[in-house]
Amino acid sequence: MKSPARFEAVVQGQGNPPGDFAVFKAALLREWRLQVRRRGDLLNPLVFFALVVVLFPLGISPTQEILAPVAPGVLWVAALLATLMSLDALFRPDLLDGSLEQTLVSGYPVAPLALAKVGVHWLLSGLPLVFLSPFLGVMLYLPWQAQGVLMLSLLLGSLALSLIGSIGAALTAGVGKSGVLMTLLVLPLYIPILIFGTGAMQAAIVGNPPGAHLALLGALVLLALSLSPWAIAAGLKIAVSGE
Amino acid sequence: MFEPPSAASAWLQVEQLACERDERRLFSDLSFSVSAGDMLQIEGPNGVGKTSLMRVLAGLLPAVEGRLLWQGEPLEDQWSEFYQATLFLGHLAGIKPELTTLENLSWYAAQEGETDEALLEQALAQVGLQGYEDQPAHQLSAGQKRRVALARLLITHKPFWLLDEPFTALDKAAVAALEQRMVAHTRAGGAVVLISHHALEGLPGLKKLVLQASVEEGR
Repeated sequence: MKSPARFEAVVQGQGNPPGDFAVFKAALLREWRLQVRRRGDLLNPLVFFALVVVLFPLGISPTQEILAPVAPGVLWVAALLATLMSLDALFRPDLLDGSLEQTLVSGYPVAPLALAKVGVHWLLSGLPLVFLSPFLGVMLYLPWQAQGVLMLSLLLGSLALSLIGSIGAALTAGVGKSGVLMTLLVLPLYIPILIFGTGAMQAAIVGNPPGAHLALLGALVLLALSLSPWAIAAGLKIAVSGE
Repeated sequence: MFEPPSAASAWLQVEQLACERDERRLFSDLSFSVSAGDMLQIEGPNGVGKTSLMRVLAGLLPAVEGRLLWQGEPLEDQWSEFYQATLFLGHLAGIKPELTTLENLSWYAAQEGETDEALLEQALAQVGLQGYEDQPAHQLSAGQKRRVALARLLITHKPFWLLDEPFTALDKAAVAALEQRMVAHTRAGGAVVLISHHALEGLPGLKKLVLQASVEEGR
């Protein structure tokens, strides 16, 4: 099996490594196992999201006249900050235990492998936010006709937030406790998502069609999906070379 | 080793390499080559840049000066071919504490197309981790984590090994087993570059590269 001829073939680039897609699937499985077992990291953003929305009426006033107009903004800002918080520790453990440098020297494109990680992370922490949001919407007197738009806008929005936030997480993976730095880096890019997300909900509340806002959100998701994996990969290389 | 390398047969050639860390020159004008069957031990005092050299060779750290050739061609044009042939083990074992021993190994095996679980269990047994297959890696000691990483050397098809302090935290028996594995690998036509402070003189075919503390150049 391990003969000089075989070694020479591998060195000449004539080895027979598995295809990129097989490795991508293995990476998905690994990330799933890994992140499902970090229960605390999964629960934290959900609890944060719920707490902010629950405490808000206590702090201002539990009346419909005051809560209903601010509901879209409160829900969206809370979801945005919860996502940001959950992303902070996305790549740092990998950097600290050496799995990140192993990914870089694996010979496989880093961008899809990073995308596998971000995708699984969104599935386990972004998607639950979407399903939790209608319950919190009810608490803020969000009208029924806006509940569907809330979930749809958060579904698109949390995807974009995860993808863009991961760029910041990758760049700051080597900076220790980098919460503030990452927030400063990423927040300007979050503002359009926040504007279109709340815009869709405002439109739904007053009875206008929210389609335009949602379409723009969808466009942002596609843009983030096509560009952020490469930016994440570049950020991870920088983080590793700084170790 | 410091004479001009015979270009034709060398796998990796290092020419006039210089490396800086935090604007401090670690070493410069370093040239050597690694060919099939070589075992090259990099030695030198702490802080002289051994690990930095290893990370430059693995492409994790950019070189300040000089160039690297793989198969006689510039390395920067053929990273993916280089990585297909290269196994790098750094200071950090690359073992995820949340995953079991077997899951950790199977991820690295999957990158080489090895999915036979029996083979992986056999490799774990050979590094003394029989019965630990389904233990989460956070329950393992430092030495045992190191062994999981070293089990990769038993299943890999990659010919070119870059090992940074592979003996750290290993007991005597494991050190002897690893030495044997490296000798078998170079005998079979592979190549090993390792950083170690262990006395490895007994090993056949061992070459040494001693990094000296560089004199600070006046500016």
